[in-house]
Amino acid sequence: MNNMQNFTKGFIKENPVFVLLLGMCPTLGVTSSAINGLGMGLATTFVLVMSNLVVSLVKNQIPDKVRIPSFIVIIASFVTIVDLLMAGYAPALHEQLGLFIPLIVVNCIVLGRAEAFASRNTVGSSVIDGLGMGLGFAFALTILGAAREILGAGRVFGINLHMFPEGIDGMLVFILAPGAFIVLGYLIALINKINKA
Amino acid sequence: MAKKESTFGSMVITLFVVTAVAALALAYVHKITEEPIRKAQEAKLKKALTQVLPQFDSIAITKVKPVDGPDSLTFYRATKGGENIGTAVKTYTNKGFSGHFEILVGFQPDGTIINTAVLKHTETPGLGDKMDAKKSNFPLQFMGKNPADFKLAVTKDGGDVDAITAATISSRAFCDAVDRAYKTFMKEGGNHE
Repeated sequence: MNNMQNFTKGFIKENPVFVLLLGMCPTLGVTSSAINGLGMGLATTFVLVMSNLVVSLVKNQIPDKVRIPSFIVIIASFVTIVDLLMAGYAPALHEQLGLFIPLIVVNCIVLGRAEAFASRNTVGSSVIDGLGMGLGFAFALTILGAAREILGAGRVFGINLHMFPEGIDGMLVFILAPGAFIVLGYLIALINKINKA
Repeated sequence: MAKKESTFGSMVITLFVVTAVAALALAYVHKITEEPIRKAQEAKLKKALTQVLPQFDSIAITKVKPVDGPDSLTFYRATKGGENIGTAVKTYTNKGFSGHFEILVGFQPDGTIINTAVLKHTETPGLGDKMDAKKSNFPLQFMGKNPADFKLAVTKDGGDVDAITAATISSRAFCDAVDRAYKTFMKEGGNHE
């Protein structure tokens, strides 16, 4: 697999959300608007790239039996760093995502890529893998968030599309949890169709 | 490079080194973000204070034990030219749909509500979060009302507050928080310094 394939696989072919179905908790929880999805996706991308980088650097120094606790400590440290930086420099976004940032630690994608890819591959390809998977995750969350925001509030990235009559806010169900499942189901069906074609 | 063997010694040393490096890195990041985080929180509170109080010169902050409830409330007494012009009370409720939330209520010295601002909440988006003035007109009905003749309870419970549609629990909790602030404020004596 060359670098380009390694990078692009995260978007459609092995998209973490639509194909691997990993990290469903933040996916369904935060995507009530496009900007939330994008923010969460980029935060996860940062953690993925950094943890893949560090794990692939130290993979030979870590005895097999303690590799999972070591990986978790590495991942948790980067998540805390993101949490602190966001609280300091992007307080508005932090307020929206605050609850979900610490949950990146338990996001299966991050540990999954550390274990399945970074601990077996070179530093360069691990970083590319982390970047591709992370951006694929961000891409999926943004689409999901945008679809829910459009249907649920008649807006996208906070811009009013004026698609609902005056006085009607939109279809509330799409902002709430059930709407996340409904939109995700349709998007997975669509991605399956594209992958089969 | 060969993979390290999993012996007791190597495992202990590895975990120690990994956690030590992580702790050092976090300590460093905490140090550089401490200041901006504090500033961001201050800016948020300051913005809320200007929303619920008339223009002021200085603010005196005191912690006050509420008439009911476990946690103390924070009083921000605003003065202009030495004169007491109002007090903002940081109050809370534990009766929200998702439990705890915090609001700021501004009172004139006689107990009349100037305005309210939501500080921290986890109420349902699209329903309970309408208690924020940015999202609906719900909080506007409190402006200029004196709870002495404005019963702080939703109409369903025999009060004077029109609840948010489909968010009666959040509305009740909001009233609970305002009520706690009002009662504590009056007990403390709104008029004295």
